[in-house]
Amino acid sequence: MPLLEFTSKGIYCKQANVYLDPWRGVDKALISHGHSDHARWGSKRYITEQTNVPIIQHRLGNITVSGKKYNETFSINGVQFSFHPAGHVPGSSQIRAEYKGEVWVFTGDYKTQADGISTPFEPVHCHTFITESTFGLPVFQWEDPKKTHESINQWWAVNQAKKTTSLLMGYSLGKVQRLLKHLDPSIGKIYTHGATEHMTEVLRQFIDFPQTERITRDTTKKEIEGNLVLAPPAVMGSAWMKKLGRVSTGYASGWMAFRGARRRRAVDRAFVLSDHADWSGLLSAIKATGCENVITTHGYIELFAQYLNEQGWNARTQKTQYASETEEIVTAE
Amino acid sequence: MRRFAALIETLDTTNKTNKKVEALANYFQEAPKTDALWAVALLSHRRPSRPVTTTLMRAWAAELAELPEWLFEESYHIVGDLAETIALLVHKEGTASPPSLKDCIEDIIALKPKTEEEKKNYILNQWKSLAHFERFVFNKILTGGFRIGVSQKLMTRALSKAVGVDETILAHRLMGQWSPLNTTFDRLILHPNPEDQISQPYPFYLAYPIEEDTFFTKEDAKDWNVEHKWDGMRAQLILRKGKHFLWSRGEELFTDKFPELELLTKQLPSGTVIDGELIPFKDNNIGNFQDLQKRIGRKTVSQKLQKDIPIVLMAYDLLELDGKDLRELPLWKRQQQLKALLKNTIYPKAPLLLSEVYCLSTWDQVRKEREKAAEKRSEGLMIKQREAAYGVGRKKGGWWKWKSDPKSIDAVLTYAMRGHGRRTNLYTDYTFALWNKGELVTFAKAYSGLTDAEIKKLDQFVKQNTLDRFGPVRQVKPSLVFEIAFEGIAPSSRHKSGIAVRFPRISRWRHDKKMEDANCLDDLKQLLP
Repeated sequence: MPLLEFTSKGIYCKQANVYLDPWRGVDKALISHGHSDHARWGSKRYITEQTNVPIIQHRLGNITVSGKKYNETFSINGVQFSFHPAGHVPGSSQIRAEYKGEVWVFTGDYKTQADGISTPFEPVHCHTFITESTFGLPVFQWEDPKKTHESINQWWAVNQAKKTTSLLMGYSLGKVQRLLKHLDPSIGKIYTHGATEHMTEVLRQFIDFPQTERITRDTTKKEIEGNLVLAPPAVMGSAWMKKLGRVSTGYASGWMAFRGARRRRAVDRAFVLSDHADWSGLLSAIKATGCENVITTHGYIELFAQYLNEQGWNARTQKTQYASETEEIVTAE
Repeated sequence: MRRFAALIETLDTTNKTNKKVEALANYFQEAPKTDALWAVALLSHRRPSRPVTTTLMRAWAAELAELPEWLFEESYHIVGDLAETIALLVHKEGTASPPSLKDCIEDIIALKPKTEEEKKNYILNQWKSLAHFERFVFNKILTGGFRIGVSQKLMTRALSKAVGVDETILAHRLMGQWSPLNTTFDRLILHPNPEDQISQPYPFYLAYPIEEDTFFTKEDAKDWNVEHKWDGMRAQLILRKGKHFLWSRGEELFTDKFPELELLTKQLPSGTVIDGELIPFKDNNIGNFQDLQKRIGRKTVSQKLQKDIPIVLMAYDLLELDGKDLRELPLWKRQQQLKALLKNTIYPKAPLLLSEVYCLSTWDQVRKEREKAAEKRSEGLMIKQREAAYGVGRKKGGWWKWKSDPKSIDAVLTYAMRGHGRRTNLYTDYTFALWNKGELVTFAKAYSGLTDAEIKKLDQFVKQNTLDRFGPVRQVKPSLVFEIAFEGIAPSSRHKSGIAVRFPRISRWRHDKKMEDANCLDDLKQLLP
């Protein structure tokens, strides 16, 4: 009997009778991070890293949840569990499970680059590593994010000189705050869409961010002209966007590495910036665990597993209900 | 190279025409003239011939990226573009300042006769020293195929803006066979010498599909001349100074493929330019379009081929007579002069026919003529304004095409392939099959006709119903039925079904039909003329 198994409700530890990031309601759920494909509604009790507690409370409403520190070990029916930094978004963890000397780690989502807002990824030794592989193809190789942030600020400054408003879009939890953290407030004011502002507000208790102002019905075009607006991707082409006046649109995502994806998005500027590990990030993370077995869960799982097998790991794939194969989930909140 | 790569990146990231024109015009003004000329050449499909095969490029890129070849291939299938895949996989950031566009292309041209080792050294060095988008553009120049949403017309408009020469004059100057190797920006674009240009064609005037719901109520049939729309290859025949030149609409010179036209240099005066349609024509009958392709496909045209597949030029417009540009004359006058010119030079004396012009007084009569399309072996009708001048490119108003209604058949989806460009990552290229003795036989591929929402749904279906994978192609569980529309249909020995259809496209998704309800091959054969 494997320590963790894949069931119709999610990743299950039979010995402890708990689920990891289940996609149906269960009695007890250990949650890796706050994105909606990992932290789902409907379970009776949630356990997660403490920074993630207010995040999932904000997303899931009135739930019963307890918080743990990173690296703090707790025992459920003889199984030792602990949360370890995954570097994906604030409050994101890898979940370690140990029973009778056997160690499994489930990564949830992770990246090995430091982003300035999440606790940086820490490799955890294990026998079996259940890893995401969203960008598990060698064509994905991220730039130094410093460069990306510089080009974002340059883009903003150029737009400002042309009295054009910069509309910068990214996922509401994680991406938007990462963008915000590295914006240069000396260029102008930073406005936000309601959906992103709520989450940023939740995270302000842990992280220092530049000042932001939420766009309301009373905000005028004149007021925001030349400034920067942060919003979720769902606003693209909406009535809300039209009210901003003349904008240059920017979108930050790992998928923007592909020309085809950039053109489909039809934004004025695409920035390649991802909260997932790139090809070398995935490989270095796997090496650092010292594991023998790898299970790839989402993304280009088959190709990645095949490559790992050729490189000497015992790798297999597992279909899950985490974010889909083609493009980052974009939820309008 | 850096400036050109930045231009392509800008063009690639916007879908606004004005921004594209502005970026191009800036480039033409700011770039050195030698680079600007190469940019004009590349954007009008004049590329250096490929110095290495893509197979070699793939192997070298896999080696440089330290990847097994299968993983390189899979990456390529997912990215959907070889130039981009290599640019992504090599992943080095350019340090040295790159060569100019002109030097880079001339290096590529000089590469052709070199040894494989020398080619490899050069290309690998470029890959390692260029920045990401420069590397992509470099690969595009190497492999050809610059599809970046910039038409020749758009490029011409921008160039016109940059140099202050009228767009239609520029369009004419840019026609024909020239290369930056044998001309300069000044000679080609700014101050051309007409003596150099005896082979130069005029820009083709193109027709729009007719807007049926408004056109016939708005317009009076008496103002329009009607012809049949011949199913062949659009061609411009130039007779100047005892020589003849035959141009395709894609500005390719096809003179060598149709040696029988040389006869006309003796039968018609020098300084004659005729616009028409090349069609296979044997024993007084119009043949199949496919036959014409056989002649274009051959490197040398043998006597036998000329005899098996004879052609004629179905002439319908006269652009030049006695060396004088007639394009500003009204259509009826040009048609009149053409008729007079060809009076004694008609099939079987010469490989020329005059496309018959109908002057009808009501749209009902026009409609009746259109019904004769199958009998006349045409694709439908051309409707041309009697008083209009001969325009440049696709300009709405003067010429309309009114094709016969397409034929259609219900077929089963059997394979799907990932798309390219904007459709990378989605399964958008489909193969369809018809029933034949209890089996499904492939009959056509189609990749247009669905809405974005339908494409997305179908993409999901393909991913969830894959039976087998062959690189970018997935065999899917046969179950979905689509109505496939097409224009022409002819027997074919190259197709498994024995039939070739032209311009197949999806006309609708038949949610109401099960795969058993799809048509069979015999139904398709019934449609053969």
